[in-house]
Amino acid sequence: MLEIKDLHAGIEGKEILKGINLNVNAGEVHAIMGPNGSGKSTLSKVIAGHPQYTVTKGSIDYEVNFKKINLVGMDPDLRAREGVFMAFQYPVEIPGIPTSVFLRAAFNAVCRHQGTVEMDPIDFDKYMREKMKILSMDEKTIDRPVNVDFSGGEKKRNEILQMAVLNPRLAVLDETDSGLDIDSMKIVSEGVNKLRRRDNTIILITHYQRLLNYIQPDFVHILYNGRIVKSEGKELAQEVENRGYDWLIQ
Amino acid sequence: MEANKGNMADIVRQKELEDNKLAAGDYRYGFHTDIEEDKPPKGLNEDTVRLISFKKKEPEWMLEWRLKAFRYWQTMKEPTWPNFEYGPIDYQDIYYYSAPKPKKATPASLEEVDQELLKTFDRLGIPLTEQKRLTGVAVDAVFDSISVGTTHQSELAKYGVIFCSMSEAVIKHPDLVKKYLGSVVPYTDNFFASLNAAVFSDGSFCFIPKGVRCPIELSTYFRINAENTGQFERTLVIAEESSYVSYLEGCTAPMRDTNQLHAAVVELVALDHAEIKYSTVQNWYSGDKEGRGGIYNFVTKRGKCAGVNSQISWTQVEAGSAITWKYPSVILQGDNSVGKFYSVALTNHYMNADTGSKMIHIGKNTKSTIVSKGISSDHAHNSYRGLVKIMPSADGARNFSQCDSMLVGNNCSANTFPYIEVRNNTAVVEHEASTSKINAEQMFYLRSRGLDLEESVSLIINGFCKDVFKELPLEFSVEAVKLLEMKLEGSVG
Repeated sequence: MLEIKDLHAGIEGKEILKGINLNVNAGEVHAIMGPNGSGKSTLSKVIAGHPQYTVTKGSIDYEVNFKKINLVGMDPDLRAREGVFMAFQYPVEIPGIPTSVFLRAAFNAVCRHQGTVEMDPIDFDKYMREKMKILSMDEKTIDRPVNVDFSGGEKKRNEILQMAVLNPRLAVLDETDSGLDIDSMKIVSEGVNKLRRRDNTIILITHYQRLLNYIQPDFVHILYNGRIVKSEGKELAQEVENRGYDWLIQ
Repeated sequence: MEANKGNMADIVRQKELEDNKLAAGDYRYGFHTDIEEDKPPKGLNEDTVRLISFKKKEPEWMLEWRLKAFRYWQTMKEPTWPNFEYGPIDYQDIYYYSAPKPKKATPASLEEVDQELLKTFDRLGIPLTEQKRLTGVAVDAVFDSISVGTTHQSELAKYGVIFCSMSEAVIKHPDLVKKYLGSVVPYTDNFFASLNAAVFSDGSFCFIPKGVRCPIELSTYFRINAENTGQFERTLVIAEESSYVSYLEGCTAPMRDTNQLHAAVVELVALDHAEIKYSTVQNWYSGDKEGRGGIYNFVTKRGKCAGVNSQISWTQVEAGSAITWKYPSVILQGDNSVGKFYSVALTNHYMNADTGSKMIHIGKNTKSTIVSKGISSDHAHNSYRGLVKIMPSADGARNFSQCDSMLVGNNCSANTFPYIEVRNNTAVVEHEASTSKINAEQMFYLRSRGLDLEESVSLIINGFCKDVFKELPLEFSVEAVKLLEMKLEGSVG
């Protein structure tokens, strides 16, 4: 589903990713861990296509329904319509636009691209409310402007709600656990677990191991200084929790 | 009816053709109607004023008023304080009167109006004839210096509502016109208002009698067609005790390389417990990408809340004109009266807008609200200029002002010039202002959800203007959103 080969990327002339190689298959959950400044958030933004980051070398091959495309150079909206999703570490506020309006606009943009029928407001409302139940969200959330005056927990739930509504094939969750209390983390994690399917892939980007107690990854990768320095099964996360990162980066 | 249907199909086809032909951001009302016009020579002197008055078959008192205004205007200087520059206007190089020559001396009904004119308004989306006219809104259609016709007049007459062109009102309702014309904006008010008083052509006259809630919306559509011609519309809306009216105004002009002058005056009077809602979508031609051509829009709009508990609200979407100079104001004279101003001003290419509001509090417990949203892109300048004045008599007066500017791109600018004068220490005046840029993170967030560049900009702009759009009548707000989207296409990248 996703094959990253020798990926070099950076921002404003500064190289941050220095040769990433990563293979992810459909149905798998991968965790990417690493100390601050190792390039975790850069990797997620480069996959999603943030225009301020430049890829200088390598490729990001993405394959859905036997169609393989290199994401490098593609506009972020086109990637999203092809099924790539990123949950933001710091979700952005859009004043004046109700969350429901934003969600429907995004959903219909994806539908149009994939050749399926767009949903009218009434059907979409039902569909959206079903998804909200997964995340035990307050009904009123979707009438409020996107992320404006949302608490930290509400913002993160809103990210996962977008994932539930858009139904991506590849979801990159960038530090979705940061700033969450333990109850919110449980709710968000349960939501993510319910969205796991055989045909989709989730990449969890996290600094701490605790999220992985709730969402069990199939693989754990340690990112350090722009490279993946170790890849193993889920036990690796526990080891990092016990020993820190230092032993990995000698 | 068959012929009619064919006609509609033609219009639709014509529109589709134009839509396909127009590139992003083009002005779709830029066409010119080829029609024979009655157009006295260029230039301005007392004879010009007399001629206009004569053409309109005005009574002597009207001409006298015009002449007084003209003499006063000659002593005045064009203001230089607005925050923009423009080439000098040669007032002797303008036609002050231009009217399509009627095929019939006096058309008995709208059906008899020149086909070319009816077609023009059809193309603008304002069908006038009885079979095709818009339901739910009465239209006065003004073409250059004259009103072509007014729909729904007989229906409105049943309610005692008078809705006609200003020229007609001067002749048919002289007492009302004498009483109210110039009562809010005197002919001495300012340079452009004095000029207007001297040479005003057509506009609309609305009178809502005591206790009547006007059953449909009233509207005027202003069209400039003739070249090198100034348009000097004059509109007067009077709402008697406990009446209500919602009034809409729309404007367009052909695309030309030269600038054209538009200097309008609008006066509103609300008596005890009356309410007037005045909404404008202004889309005069704004010039091309290099800033050539476009309308100079110098407008004086003012309402007087003369009675207790009266209310006047101005809602405007200013998206056209090379230059906009306009400060819709409310004089809050009656105790407990309420004034509101909601504005979206969009400038792109080389457009200049210097616009805002004045709220003059005189009565006790008077309240005013100003919400202004300025959007500037390309090389445009956008200024908010406003005055909140609390007079010594205005115990318990309140004002809230919010002025937000949004910049799209790096070559445009936005300014805010708020003037606050408080002469009563029981007053509460609040002012908030902000300037923001369409920010890259917002754009990335929306695009990462599948929305393309244009959809993303449109969502952000819609959110930014929401407080104003929600004040517009529904059809108008849909039109306003489309207009802004069209204008901003290609500005963000």
